[in-house]
Amino acid sequence: MSSTSVRTDDAPRRRPGLLTRMIESRNGLGFLFMLPAGIFLLFFLTYPLGLGVWLGFTDTKIGRSGIFVGLENYRWLFDDPVFWLAVFNTLFYTVFASVAKFALGLWLAMLLNRHLPFKNFFRAIILLPWVVPTVLSAMAFWWIFDSQFSIISWVLMRIGLIDQPINFLGDPWNARWSVIAANIWRGIPFVAISLLAGLQTIPQSLNEAAAIDGATPWQRFTKVTLPLLTPIIAVVMTFSVLFTFTDFQLIYVLTRGGPVNATHLMATLSFQRAIPGGQLGEGAAIAVAMIPFLLAAILFSFFGLQRRKWQQGND
Amino acid sequence: MARQSEDNVAGLDQFESLPRRLLLVWLPMAVFVFVLLFPFYWMAITAVKPDNQLTDYDNYSPFWVVGPTLEHMKYLLFETTYPRWMWNTVIVSVASTAISLVAAVLAAYAIERLRFRGSRVTGLLIFLAYLVPPSILFIPLAFIVFQVGIFDSRLALILTYPTFLIPFCTWLLMGYFRSIPYELEESALVDGATRWQILTKIVLPLAVPGLISAGIFAFTLSWNEFIYALTFISSSENKTVPVGVLTELVRGDIYEWGALMSGALLGSLPVVILYSFFVDYYVSSMTGAVKE
Repeated sequence: MSSTSVRTDDAPRRRPGLLTRMIESRNGLGFLFMLPAGIFLLFFLTYPLGLGVWLGFTDTKIGRSGIFVGLENYRWLFDDPVFWLAVFNTLFYTVFASVAKFALGLWLAMLLNRHLPFKNFFRAIILLPWVVPTVLSAMAFWWIFDSQFSIISWVLMRIGLIDQPINFLGDPWNARWSVIAANIWRGIPFVAISLLAGLQTIPQSLNEAAAIDGATPWQRFTKVTLPLLTPIIAVVMTFSVLFTFTDFQLIYVLTRGGPVNATHLMATLSFQRAIPGGQLGEGAAIAVAMIPFLLAAILFSFFGLQRRKWQQGND
Repeated sequence: MARQSEDNVAGLDQFESLPRRLLLVWLPMAVFVFVLLFPFYWMAITAVKPDNQLTDYDNYSPFWVVGPTLEHMKYLLFETTYPRWMWNTVIVSVASTAISLVAAVLAAYAIERLRFRGSRVTGLLIFLAYLVPPSILFIPLAFIVFQVGIFDSRLALILTYPTFLIPFCTWLLMGYFRSIPYELEESALVDGATRWQILTKIVLPLAVPGLISAGIFAFTLSWNEFIYALTFISSSENKTVPVGVLTELVRGDIYEWGALMSGALLGSLPVVILYSFFVDYYVSSMTGAVKE
C-alpha cells in the first residue's frame, strides 16, 4: 500500500489545470472572487470616469462622435457667466445646507440620546424622510412651495404676518432658500442617526465625572462630547457635503435650475447642457470641474479617519 | 464595530426638573417630528382630496378632507402607465440588488479573509468608488449605454445601478465578515473544507444580518435612483416610478396635484413598508458605512 503511494509521488505529476491552480493559491482565488465586482466597477465606473474626462476635451454631441478640441470647453466655460453662477450656487447651497444639517442633526441626535420613552419609535419615524425616494418627497415640497396655494403662505396669511402668498420658487433668493430648506429636511435624518450612533459609543460615566467636577452642561458638551465625537463628525459631514455638492434630484424637481438660473447647481447645469442641450462634451467638462471639490472633501475625510486612529491607538 | 453602551440608569437626567425637561427636550422634539413628518401628511391628504377641495382653502380647512376620494388613485392605476412603471422599478431594483449582493459577498470575502496580495489597496479603492457620485458619471455612462445598444431598456439600469451598489455593499459586508471569528474558518480548514464551503456553510449563515442590511439598503437605493433612469430611458413604458411620475404626470402648466401626490404616495409605500419591517437593519447599515 505504502509503496504504491510513494510511486505516485515519484512519477511525473500531471500538471493541474489553470483553474485548479488558481483555486489552490490564495492570490488566484482572491482574483477569481474579485472578478464579478471588478468587471462591473472597471467597465461601468472606472472606464466612464476616464471617458468623462476625455469627453470634456472633445466637442462630442448626441449622435455625433466629436474630435479632440483641447481646453476649448473649459475656455468656453471660463467666459460663461452661467457656469460661474452655477459654481456660486453650488457652494452657497452646500455651505448653508451642510452647516444647518450639521447643527440641527447634532441637536436631534443629542435629544435622541437622552432617556426618552418610545425612543426606538422616534428614531424610526425620524429616518423616514431619508427612506422615501427624494424625487417623490421633493414633489410634496413642490406642492408646499406652490406660488398660489402654498400651505405655508396660507398659514402665515391666516396669522396675519403677510398679505399675499410668498412666491417661493419664482424669485431668485426665495428659490435658493427654498431648495436649501428642502435639502436640509432631506438630510437631517442621515446626520442625526449617524451622529446618534457615535454618541452612543461615548460612555455616560465621562459626562457624569465631568458633572461631579462641576462642569456646566455647555462645558460638558464642548469639552467631553464634541472632542470624542469629532472623528465621526468628520466622516458624516464628508458624506453629507459630498452628496449635497453633487445634488441633482431636488433641484431638478423643484426648479430645474430656474428662475433665471438662480438655482442651477453644477450637476443640473451639466445635465441641462449635455442631455436636453445635446452638448455632451460641454456637459462632461462641467462634471469634471466638480472633481477638484470632491477630492478636497475626500482628503478631508481621509485626515479625519487618520485622526481617529491616532486618538484610539492602533488596534 | 463599536458596541453601543446601553445602560438603563437614569444618569444625569434625574437632576432635571419636569418643566425644564419639557422645554429642553419635548418641545424641540415635537417641532422636529412635526417638520419631518408634515410633508408626508400633506402628500397623503392631497392624494385623497376631491378636486374641488384641493385649492379651495376658504370653504374647507386645508388640513383636513371632507369625503376623501380614491378618484386620483383610480386614475393613476387604470388610465396611466403607472402600474407599468411600478413593475419596472421592482424588476430593476430586485435584479440590480441581486447582482450587487453576489458580487459584493465574493469581493468582501476575498478582501477581508483571503487577504490576497493587494487586498488592502483593493479595499481602499472600493471605498473611493463609493465616493464617486452618479452626477459625474451619467454623461459618459449614457455614451456607453448608447454604444452597447441597451439605451432605453431596463437592462441599462440593471447594469449601471451596481456601480454605486457594489461599493456600498462590499464596504458594509467587509465590516460584518471582520466580526466573524477567524477560529471558525481555521477549524473548518483543518477539517478539510474548501474555501467555497467555508464561505457558503460558515461565513454566509453567520453574516445573514449583514446580508439583510446590505440587501434592503441596496434595494432602497435603486428604488430611489433618479438621474440614470432619467438619462437612459426615453419611452414611457420603460420608465421607473420617480421618473415616470415627474415627466409623464406633469403636463404643461396644469398640475394635477391629486394625481401627482397619489403617485408620490404609492411610489413611496413599498420602501416605507420594507423599512418598517427592518428599521434596525437600516440603522445598522447606515451607521455601519460611516463608522467602519
